[in-house]
Amino acid sequence: MNLPQELQYTRSHEWVRREGDVATIGITDHAQDELGDVVFVELPEVGATLEAGNTFGTVESVKAVSDIYAPVGGEVVEVNGSLEESPEKVNEDPYGEGWMIKVRISSEGELLSAADYEKVVEEEE
Amino acid sequence: MLSSEQTLGNLIRDKGRPGRRGYTLPKPDVDEISLENVLPEDALRKEKPRLPEVDEPTVIRHYTNLSRKNWGIDTNFYPLGSCTMKHNPRANEAAAAVPGFAGLHPLQPEDQAQGALRVMHELQVFLSEISGFPAISLQPLAGAQGELTSILMVKKYFEDAGDEGRTNVLIPETAHGTNPATATMAGFNAQSIGLDEHGCVNVEELKEKADETTAALMITNPNTCGVYERNISEIAELLHEAGAFLYMDGANMNANLGRMRPSDAGADIMHFNLHKTFSTPHGGGGPGSGAIACSEKLAPFRPVPVVEKEGESYRFVSPEKTIGRVAGFHGNFGVLLKAWNYIRMHGPELKDVTDMAVLNANYVRARLKGTYRIPYEGPCKHEVVVQPPKGMKALDIAKGLIDHGFHPPTIYFPLVVKEAMLIEPTETESKETLDDFVGAMLELAQSKDLEEAPTKAPTRRLDEAKAARQLKAHW
Repeated sequence: MNLPQELQYTRSHEWVRREGDVATIGITDHAQDELGDVVFVELPEVGATLEAGNTFGTVESVKAVSDIYAPVGGEVVEVNGSLEESPEKVNEDPYGEGWMIKVRISSEGELLSAADYEKVVEEEE
Repeated sequence: MLSSEQTLGNLIRDKGRPGRRGYTLPKPDVDEISLENVLPEDALRKEKPRLPEVDEPTVIRHYTNLSRKNWGIDTNFYPLGSCTMKHNPRANEAAAAVPGFAGLHPLQPEDQAQGALRVMHELQVFLSEISGFPAISLQPLAGAQGELTSILMVKKYFEDAGDEGRTNVLIPETAHGTNPATATMAGFNAQSIGLDEHGCVNVEELKEKADETTAALMITNPNTCGVYERNISEIAELLHEAGAFLYMDGANMNANLGRMRPSDAGADIMHFNLHKTFSTPHGGGGPGSGAIACSEKLAPFRPVPVVEKEGESYRFVSPEKTIGRVAGFHGNFGVLLKAWNYIRMHGPELKDVTDMAVLNANYVRARLKGTYRIPYEGPCKHEVVVQPPKGMKALDIAKGLIDHGFHPPTIYFPLVVKEAMLIEPTETESKETLDDFVGAMLELAQSKDLEEAPTKAPTRRLDEAKAARQLKAHW
């Protein structure tokens, strides 16, 4: 399982990369593996306000439709529009080209270190 | 030698050649009139329709060969969990084909359709006895419509009682997707309830969530893990204390006939899938019947019409505070007739259906145990959820089953179980069939190269992601 040490994670399998007060958000390698081939990603519009812990979009795979939860609260400043045409990027490169949104952080959520997230995944197995 | 498909292609269009015909028509014996003279400009085609131009033997071979690729309960074992794909006794088809019923017009006056009304009335009585509820409606045309009808009745009840602020419908995590869809369609918020370690509704969580904003809880019993909701009476009490209703999704009534009456368990309203539980061929989208059963409290809100017996004759009546019509005419009468016939054929032994369905599922469970993982221990009801050995994918096992001549079970549902395979053998299968199926499952669990499966089917494994995004529909 690919788990970059510098990222933060959630129990609901999202990852966060911080650069200043902006957080880039996506779903983890483990999440994409569990979901199987992703066929559709529904994301909010730029300007939307997210509350930490609330759902901000959905990922549809050949298995199921799953909600994605906001790891932090704040305003959406950028959305990965390329996922509309190429949702398979979520499977191929979950921490890179498969990123989903960027948020200007206004409130913190419950975040885990890579090591703690790994424990969560192990518990689930 | 090349098959005709290799030289001509797969589609009926590919098999045609310009100008080829399967018929000759006599010369018209009236004057030909040009279409331009009788149709307005915008109704005229600019180009000829692209119809297949084929001779008769090609048409017959094309469709006969297609039909031989059909895979269904009539050709193979079909253990599709949560769907009750069981054998449909042919006697029921014979009953539905009786000319007096088959030729009946839905607008025929009541006094000319007394036999049909009697069947409907008797079916109401049978369903009442099976469910324990006093009131029935045969109107809804499918399970999901039965759900929606039930929740709309609950809504109307609260409107009628002036009880405002009941905006939530509680839905367990194992529910069928139609449950939250129903709640939303009816204008409620669908609120999720988690599970306990047995795969049942978490009663502690319910205690916190059931309050004056709750309209109902939608429970499926047994649930989609094949587990009996053992706390159903306590759940009913908690809801009733909060002034809310317990709705029971009857999709899995195959596990309850003659053994458990939803009314006794504390439910207030339910639907039946007459096509699943009492057998009508289904799986192609219909026709079905989602007849509902309810308590005295909800009876006045049933859809119109219901059949009443007066002396020796039968008539349609309208419940006092009805939510109105939910279907044209009288529901899917053919399905009602088959259900009536099925129940009459079994009579008081109807409980044997349930006993055999539960026995068969537990046989499969016991034989797969040890090789497959069983997330919820203990006896199951009519279906069992299993997980492939660690490291294997349910999808691969499912595709491998196709090569063994079995329709795969439901996979990746219920969502709460990873790599779930939901197997429902139904009561109509013999021990030998179950042994063959289990044998294939055990063999597949040892296989290393399932990623290529199926190799013996008319098509190899499909690219599901691409199929979902770039659908190519031809015929």
